[in-house]
Amino acid sequence: MNKINSKIPEGPLAEKWSNYKNHQKLVNPANKRRLDVIVVGTGLAGASAAASLGEMGFNVLNFCIQDSPRRAHSIAAQGGINAAKNYPNDGDSVYRLFYDTIKGGDYRAREANVYRLAEVSNSIIDQCVAQGVPFAREYGGLLDNRSFGGAQVSRTFYARGQTGQQLLLGAYSALSRAVQKKQVKLYTRYEMVDLVIIDGRARGIIARNLVTGKLERFAAHAVVIATGGYGNTFFLSTNAMTSNGSAAWQCYKRGAYFANPCMAQIHPTCIPVHGEFQSKLTLMSESLRNDGRIWVPKKLEDAQAIREGKLKPTEIKEEDRDYYLERRYPAFGNLVPRDVASRAAKERCDAGYGVGSTGLAVYLDFAEAISRLGRDVGEARYGNLFQMYEKIVDDNPYETPMMIYPAIHYTMGGIWVDYELMTTVPGLFAIGEANFSDHGANRLGASALMQGLADGYFVLPYTIQNYLADQISVPHFKTDAPEFEKAEKDINDRIDRLMNIKGNHSVDHIHKELGHVMWDFVGMGRDAAGLKKAIEKLKEVKQDFWTNLRIPGNKETLNIELEKALRLADFIEIGELMAHDALDREESCGGHFRLEHQTPEGEALRHADQFSYVSCWEYRGEDKDPVMYKEALDYEFIVRQQRNYKS
Amino acid sequence: MDKDINIKVKVWRQNGPKEKGHFETYPLEHISQGSSFLEMLDILNEKLINEGKEPVVFDHDCREGICGMCSLYINGHPHGPDEGITTCQLHMRRFNDGDTITVEPWRSAGFPIIKDLMVDRMAFDKIMQAGGYVSVNTGGVPDANAIPIPRDDAEMAMDAAACIGCGACVAACKNGSAMLFVSAKVSQFALLPQGRIERKRRAKAMVAKMDELGFGNCTNTGACEVECPKNISITNIARLNREFLKAKFAD
Repeated sequence: MNKINSKIPEGPLAEKWSNYKNHQKLVNPANKRRLDVIVVGTGLAGASAAASLGEMGFNVLNFCIQDSPRRAHSIAAQGGINAAKNYPNDGDSVYRLFYDTIKGGDYRAREANVYRLAEVSNSIIDQCVAQGVPFAREYGGLLDNRSFGGAQVSRTFYARGQTGQQLLLGAYSALSRAVQKKQVKLYTRYEMVDLVIIDGRARGIIARNLVTGKLERFAAHAVVIATGGYGNTFFLSTNAMTSNGSAAWQCYKRGAYFANPCMAQIHPTCIPVHGEFQSKLTLMSESLRNDGRIWVPKKLEDAQAIREGKLKPTEIKEEDRDYYLERRYPAFGNLVPRDVASRAAKERCDAGYGVGSTGLAVYLDFAEAISRLGRDVGEARYGNLFQMYEKIVDDNPYETPMMIYPAIHYTMGGIWVDYELMTTVPGLFAIGEANFSDHGANRLGASALMQGLADGYFVLPYTIQNYLADQISVPHFKTDAPEFEKAEKDINDRIDRLMNIKGNHSVDHIHKELGHVMWDFVGMGRDAAGLKKAIEKLKEVKQDFWTNLRIPGNKETLNIELEKALRLADFIEIGELMAHDALDREESCGGHFRLEHQTPEGEALRHADQFSYVSCWEYRGEDKDPVMYKEALDYEFIVRQQRNYKS
Repeated sequence: MDKDINIKVKVWRQNGPKEKGHFETYPLEHISQGSSFLEMLDILNEKLINEGKEPVVFDHDCREGICGMCSLYINGHPHGPDEGITTCQLHMRRFNDGDTITVEPWRSAGFPIIKDLMVDRMAFDKIMQAGGYVSVNTGGVPDANAIPIPRDDAEMAMDAAACIGCGACVAACKNGSAMLFVSAKVSQFALLPQGRIERKRRAKAMVAKMDELGFGNCTNTGACEVECPKNISITNIARLNREFLKAKFAD
């Protein structure tokens, strides 16, 4: 018996959210004071939720692993945030944003959730402007827009190349205000290490104080997970060094279903890998594809000469360049969605046309844009990105094309949630990238910021009340309950086990092993044989981890190696589940590309008749295989089509 | 072209806030100049772990110059010798074969050391909590285009808002002043109509909190501006002084 009930409200698509809000249960102001809510994470989703819930009157406890809420990795989002304002008068609407998002996600997201996302998108922009977020403006003083992949309208609001930073600082300032007003209590440098369940409901967490190394207990009436994605399973990704999947994984192990784990987004425009010592990959914003043109040499001998350093890209004549995205996808050109652009780059490099010393790079060229717009305009639009590139690569993108290659960026999969953003564990909610709900098999650019803030400002603060309304007579919890004792003992035992391995491999050493397996077999192109091999190899990685790991120092003190080890133990298991899910899904869709399932032109081949479902995995214990349930995706309002960005 | 270099890294080691610290020097061979400064420290830590020693603790996260988590005083400069970048964006091609590189934590009364190169910057959060916001609740706000804002004002506000809160300004200042940080936030809001309503209260509250937390006074040496990884201008400090004085006169 599975617990899947998506709780989609009745009624026409455009009225579902209003219907829900009109009929949901609310908590009155006096009762809000009696209810405690734990929010784990302070990114766009976490900070906006904590601030909003605090303002409403709930007692909020908000946790982050960094030294300040403002460091959460949402800060690194560059390009922008989508909304259906239609300020440019170019034909945008809530419906069109909804449709583009569903289509961009390759028809693997819920209609009702995505429609609601599009519906609240406009309020987000209003809210951020009211907070003093300095969005880009036209000379007339009104807000400016740019366009992003997978859309034919300009609906992306931006603050130079630092939109994520500005939106997060907006949410952080709202959070700071709530802290000042004692509506939110902040715990920085704390890491959630387990979820505590009492009588079947989420009632608290165990967190490790990262400075003292001590385990501490926190109780609440509801727990909200806003801890982002698990892209660092691949070791090299665009995620921050401490971004991790552990909080989500603890929820999975305590009974929350994990949905679509194989859906990982590979971003087409990252700075290519340059050596074994590399610690992370740097993203170059998708907004660069507004003006940059992507190409590789047309002739194999030119590509080879470039790789050997005998030829420069600027020496390749126009007619000898293959602008392969413009060639293959005339209607969208360089602005095809990320999955399509990434695969096209891989296809060219695999065919021998790749550039750079490794052959694993393509060009992103601004020469035409700079001659058309002038260097000043180019600098105003992309100056900070060009500077970032130059510092890393030591090349000047104003004079020579950038080199880029795809890298793991975002995970569409995550904790399964219903329409109310509640998981299969009552009282446990998941928001932002940590849940699976809105992006299907592929996320469009500038939609992550939209979803994080939609969940945190405008969805969860409503839906959580429908749950909490039944909890008003439940008194504040004490943390001496046996469930807390047991959870703390379990994690303490796990830490002891890790500390006592005393092997000879560092955490990073094993994490790199994991990353290689994931990228080679669970990366951009997957097939059954490779995935089976990955599952075998991941067992070896796990074995290596639990027998050869070395953590210097002690557990009850600041110990960065122990922090990383706890996260890596989970990444290995997440990798296993990703491989299982990818093997199960015998179709190609969005970020999940099975080599066996492609059209004669090399495009993703979906099998809507068999795989139009969300895969929901249930944990069954340490040595048992997880069980998969299917949530059928019934499209009531739109007709599924093969995605077409050609015409 | 990037090549491999041999270097010595002289690192501040300190076990806890109250313990005595000291420098340790570690030789490192065959460091690619294409690696970042923090990747060089990763290599050092890998070596220390393999030798059974405790790795050097330092703050870092996004490694693309935006989260503000990384710090480090490198050869006497916050975020190292390069201009307009954070430590995580610093690359080893800025150093030569045979160099000894000195790495210290931020040193300031406002930022106590936690361990090795990691410091406590919670004071910045407290200053923000004192007034670094526009007092609006979620919902019930006007349409985003209801109030046009002159483009130049929005651009200047954005220049100030680019601050990443790393604390380099405090580390660079001989007085340990946090004026550049505070002025960046006060300026951003003073330049926008949404922020002007609370401008007086904000300037007073943030400055008072800064003073209370043990940060020094500004004596206009301009070191903060030179070392700021985001090139935040000290004209913001002038604006903060105006905002503060106007608020005080209004009392």
